[in-house]
Amino acid sequence: MPKRTDIKKIMIIGSGPIVIGQACEFDYSGTQACKALREEGYSVILVNSNPATIMTDPEVADRTYIEPITAEIVEKIIEKERPDALLPTLGGQTALNVTVQLAERGTLDRFNVELIGAKIDAIKRAEDRSLFKKTMESIGLEIPKASHAHTLEEAQSMAKATGFPCVIRPSFTLGGSGGGVAYNTEEFDRIASRGLELSLTSEISVEESVAGWKEFELEVMRDRADNVVIVCSIENVDPMGVHTGDSITVAPAQTLSDIEYQQMRNAAIKIIRAIGVETGGSNIQFAVHPDSGRLLVIEMNPRVSRSSALASKATGFPIAKIAAKLAIGYTLDELPNDITGLTPACFEPAIDYVVVKIPRFAFEKFPSADPTLGIQMKSVGETMAIGRTFIEALQKGLRGLEIKRDGWEAIEVSGPDELKQKLAIPTAERIFYIKTALKSGMSIDDIYALTKIDRWFLRHLAALLIEEEAIAASADQMRSCLDASVGSAVASPSRRDTGLPPAQSAQQQAAAQILRRAKQFGFSDRQLAKLWGVDASTIRRTREAWDIVPTYYLVDTCAAEFEARTPYYYSTYEQIPLRLEGAVAPAPEAHPAHAPAARGSQVRKVMVLGGGPNRIGQGIEFDYCCVHAAFALRELGIEVIMVNSNPETVSTDYDTSDKLYFEPVTLEDVLNIVRREKPDGVIVQFGGQTPLNLATGLAQEGVPILGTPASSVDRAEDREKFKQLLDELAIRQPPSGTALNMEDAKLTARAIGYPCLVRPSYVLGGRAMEIVYDDEQLKLFAQRAFDVSPGFPVLIDKFLEDAIEVDVDVVGDGETFVVGGILEHIEEAGIHSGDSAMVLPPHTLNDDTLEEIRRTAIALAKALGIIGLMNIQCAVKDDTVYILEVNPRASRTVPFVSKAVGVPLAKIATRAMAGIKLKDQGLTQEITPPYMAVKESVFPFQRFAGVDIILGPEMRSTGEVMGLDEAFGPAFVKSQIAAGQNLPATGTVFLSVKNRDKRSVILVAQQLEALGFSLIATQGTAKVLQRYGIHAVHVNKIHEGRPNILDKIKNGEVQLVINTPSGRLPRADEVQIRSAAASLGIPCITTLAGAQASVNGIASLKRSPLSVKPIQAYHQMIAGRA
Amino acid sequence: MSVHPSAWLVLEDGTAFAGNAIGASGEAFGEAVFHTGMSGYQEILTDPSYKGQIVCMTYPHIGNYGVNEEDVESRRPWVEGFVVRDLSPIASNHRATETLDAYLKRHGIVAISGVDTRALTLILRQQGSLKAVVSTTESDPHKLLKRVRASKDIVGIDLVKDVTADKAYEWPATSTASGARKRITVMDFGVKRNILRHLASRGFHVTVVPARTSASEVLQTKPNGVLLSNGPGDPAAVTYAVETIRKLMGQVPMMGICLGHQLLGLAYGGETFKLKFGHHGANHPVQDLGTGKVEITSQNHNFAVRVESIPGGKVALTHKNLNDGTVEGMRHTELPIFSIQYHPEASPGPHDACYLFDRFVESVNGGRK
Repeated sequence: MPKRTDIKKIMIIGSGPIVIGQACEFDYSGTQACKALREEGYSVILVNSNPATIMTDPEVADRTYIEPITAEIVEKIIEKERPDALLPTLGGQTALNVTVQLAERGTLDRFNVELIGAKIDAIKRAEDRSLFKKTMESIGLEIPKASHAHTLEEAQSMAKATGFPCVIRPSFTLGGSGGGVAYNTEEFDRIASRGLELSLTSEISVEESVAGWKEFELEVMRDRADNVVIVCSIENVDPMGVHTGDSITVAPAQTLSDIEYQQMRNAAIKIIRAIGVETGGSNIQFAVHPDSGRLLVIEMNPRVSRSSALASKATGFPIAKIAAKLAIGYTLDELPNDITGLTPACFEPAIDYVVVKIPRFAFEKFPSADPTLGIQMKSVGETMAIGRTFIEALQKGLRGLEIKRDGWEAIEVSGPDELKQKLAIPTAERIFYIKTALKSGMSIDDIYALTKIDRWFLRHLAALLIEEEAIAASADQMRSCLDASVGSAVASPSRRDTGLPPAQSAQQQAAAQILRRAKQFGFSDRQLAKLWGVDASTIRRTREAWDIVPTYYLVDTCAAEFEARTPYYYSTYEQIPLRLEGAVAPAPEAHPAHAPAARGSQVRKVMVLGGGPNRIGQGIEFDYCCVHAAFALRELGIEVIMVNSNPETVSTDYDTSDKLYFEPVTLEDVLNIVRREKPDGVIVQFGGQTPLNLATGLAQEGVPILGTPASSVDRAEDREKFKQLLDELAIRQPPSGTALNMEDAKLTARAIGYPCLVRPSYVLGGRAMEIVYDDEQLKLFAQRAFDVSPGFPVLIDKFLEDAIEVDVDVVGDGETFVVGGILEHIEEAGIHSGDSAMVLPPHTLNDDTLEEIRRTAIALAKALGIIGLMNIQCAVKDDTVYILEVNPRASRTVPFVSKAVGVPLAKIATRAMAGIKLKDQGLTQEITPPYMAVKESVFPFQRFAGVDIILGPEMRSTGEVMGLDEAFGPAFVKSQIAAGQNLPATGTVFLSVKNRDKRSVILVAQQLEALGFSLIATQGTAKVLQRYGIHAVHVNKIHEGRPNILDKIKNGEVQLVINTPSGRLPRADEVQIRSAAASLGIPCITTLAGAQASVNGIASLKRSPLSVKPIQAYHQMIAGRA
Repeated sequence: MSVHPSAWLVLEDGTAFAGNAIGASGEAFGEAVFHTGMSGYQEILTDPSYKGQIVCMTYPHIGNYGVNEEDVESRRPWVEGFVVRDLSPIASNHRATETLDAYLKRHGIVAISGVDTRALTLILRQQGSLKAVVSTTESDPHKLLKRVRASKDIVGIDLVKDVTADKAYEWPATSTASGARKRITVMDFGVKRNILRHLASRGFHVTVVPARTSASEVLQTKPNGVLLSNGPGDPAAVTYAVETIRKLMGQVPMMGICLGHQLLGLAYGGETFKLKFGHHGANHPVQDLGTGKVEITSQNHNFAVRVESIPGGKVALTHKNLNDGTVEGMRHTELPIFSIQYHPEASPGPHDACYLFDRFVESVNGGRK
């Protein structure tokens, strides 16, 4: 069936900011969909509040609305744009929920917008647990025994019937948020009430617990001719009970016989038909009882999901792209399989490797959060690894996770009791405790009994441990060979072709055999180095001398049955066959290297290193920069090689670069690829700290690093050299020092004077960074900093209280330097720049100060000879500018600034790195837009009950949103709405501020009163307000008796909380108040600057309603002015 | 960690893979083919169509869920040899009764693990199917190369005689559904049990007869329909079956599967040819040209019918392979005879094509030609 011609304009809704449960996978899917629809000639209207996405780049859609994703706002956009159709299945749960709201408020009918992909009744059948149950029963499939409740009383009686443990699951939330397993009535009441509150429909289900059952997922696609295919099967290593997003998962399924797999496949096909997803992809989750094989359907997502992004990367089948094409009427047999080019997309990928996905957590950022994994997702990112065996892939994945482990390692325990507990209660480290258990001699059956992890996985882990012990036992034998071989035996280049064994002694041959076998089990050079007591470079050099290098195989959708034309590689170590008389090696799988005609550049082949798994502090913003680097280089005709291990990203789309290596971003893995590809240069400054940390190691191996010279990077990062530089340039810096031990730290801090900022070396995201006000606090936090970067000095700076912080992004070509944007932080200094709200252009700084900031930035860029990007953080106090930090690399703010000023900074920087001067690119001047852009951060506090939500020097946000408007007020309001802070227009505001803020809170309170709010306040704050004639009702603190503020918050009597923390170690009752507000979705502001901005915003909202405008129109305002 | 491999796989082109001996000890010759299915090794091992072949599984982990007594397609495994990347040391499934290794040993199947099966697949894809030997007894690959080059090719060889039943047997109906009390006679060229199970579950009483059963003997079983089964090797070598089928045409509704389909093609007067490396997998898209719908199919064949070579214009193409355009199904325009190249009985593979047995029911009941 050909594509539809009755629709022309299609709206796509994105998923908004990165939050736990919704990460960059929806940028990947949305970007693919936009491209797919536009190449078919449709006009695409995109809505997404997240500026750090590729999809919101102005060239990806025809009209791009960086606006809050709420029904009200999207309705305005629909009214303005009048799309013919809305494709709701590519923006995660956010898009699906807004679509349901749009349908329910009649917007879709009123403006005659057709839903394509999934109709509203299909969405409801999948999402509403009681409809889902009915649908499954109608096709003869079982789901866990469950019933639905709309009140706590109803729920309690159901729990009695189901028995404990039981699972509570709220309807219509994302990532399973609000759900949990209850083992007793008390727990039940707590989880059930929270679930009822969080559900959009105030509905929860109470279900039979299937914890410990085997867990599987199938990715299904259907077209409008009713052809259905299964793209991928996934088996979870962690069984039911741990959210699939938090589980280690494997593709394809390992432990199902064909009959069982086909039963599941048949069920999936029935389900997608019965739910009625007309076209596109769905994800269906199953549980299988390990002893009886009983098959239960757990849930179905009638949309593209995190798992479908994983399945796309795992198989090479681009689910989102195909889903978009199916939505406009194509059938699967009409679409080509891009990987082979010749066969159709109507097939089921066959894979001949194993894919392992491992979640990445950020509990170190939330020390008081419960680290137990359950049915509510807690991970913030993931890494994927491909190997020819489960073990090889697992080891690659574990080193790609970047948690300072070189592979599968054991963790010490105090004794058998602790070990049993660590196995029975799932946490992020359980995979490592399994090694501890195996080492202690625990049997597979005993480990199974505690973990319910399938014996197949455990048996392979046991084999890995045996292998490791054998490797360790060969240490003496290996050491003698390794030392002798380095630098002596040189591999003959022809050997791989002839397959003849190298000319080595028998002893060396035996050693080579051991080494190759170890590599086949996925051991990293660093792991082997530890086992053999040598250093990793010795292993590498030996490997190269002995020609033990990876084989690079293709992800080709067809297990080599057809020739693939897409160079999407993974590494593995295989046994090379012998070629006896007459035998010829098969033609290499590599593509004929295309001979690029680079325009205006000496560079022909460039490698871009990605950032690995997302984590707090290193997320989508860095992937955005890597993708821009790839795009810019390809536009220049330069061949681009991408290396990354994050399956959620656009950078790991095989379409983004010329060649994709899906590999861990470690020195070993990158060097192996460099040896094979021999790029003219490697870009390390875009992927965040991960690739930057490899720069020295790569440079030492003679790998050309593109951009800012390594000496400058060193000058900016080495504290002493940097101080010297600033002195030379006469640039002010807050007094600072370093310390190697606690005694040193105390002396330094006293010399500088409190308050001080304490932080470890070489970290991103303000890890373990704290402001300390006295010796006692210093002792506590300096120790944490020492622990984070052991062996490195702790950095101590004077903290400038009440200063305004400013971020500056600069782009340079070594000769010309241009300020990309100046961002003024809304919160005062001391809050991590990744967590702070920011505004561009600055709205309170005067021209002289701005001019001094510019001058300083350019001077620094010039002195460092920046080629590429540089980010400066400075503080303005009493009209004086202090430099806090200079990072000669892409910063988190690059995508936001690029969108705000309409200039693709990362692309310009890339071109500069390829040798094209800024003036030849037409950028010589800073652009100040004639409108306001506000960046706000989004936090995962709702996921971590009881965690304090105050902001500090350690970054804790997962994502960001952008608010755009001609004036600051509405731009700020938009940023708040987009971030989920629904600022109220009326109601009651609770005020409680620390002593230092009491004077400044008066203005805020006066304005709130004038806007018609009722005010309630704790005693101290209330007294101050009353003194100024502001009517504020006193409310009890928690310990002052009841009813207290917590009661009022819980009863919905408070619409806004303004609560500034009383110190760095906040009082317990404050934490309770803020945490309660956060978990109930009541906006909670923890800084006075934030409060002031919010009040301005509320005032503007009351004056006039919000309006919408696409980014393309904003950019035209810049062009129009110029 | 021995330097000396315990098994060799040597291809006639001279490529020699060192590996680990698994399964039975010995030396096995056959045509090397690769199978891209990710599950279903037990069904593959016991499919008589693999007689004469050394099967290489492209999915690296094989044996994960062990073997059981139910998932067998015949009384024993038929592959000549078996090649895997990684043999599971454990059978992890609630139905498993033994490990794959123990099963291979028990049935005398010579096998090798540790082989770079992707490298092997690339060779077979580029050069076409090759003769191969798996040996756990010979340590010199050069000697094995000589022997494999001297071994027989399967083209022109009748392999059906090795796998067909010695004598006729009954397979009782397991349902009283649509085809109740009707009889189907299956000509056993190497039939998979799931074909029999499908027929029985539709209420047919099934009689299985040996491949050399004559047309008149077949008709003596009073069949309401005849099913021409799958089987191994070159259809052109099974001349006696072609004769029988020609005589049965017009006497009784017929359905052909795989080799049965190829034999029908020859009986119609057409030609068959050998594919470069065959179709062996569970993910091949086939379009039903009548409905336009695509089914994901289970496939296992090295030969194919050249439909345009069939004289008389009375045979229509009904199903087409979307990957390479080869013939997947055909139908006689006047007689109630149809056939498909792939495996509607699946086992292993998707169940999308089971509807073809329902078509056979209709055909037998006189509803469909």
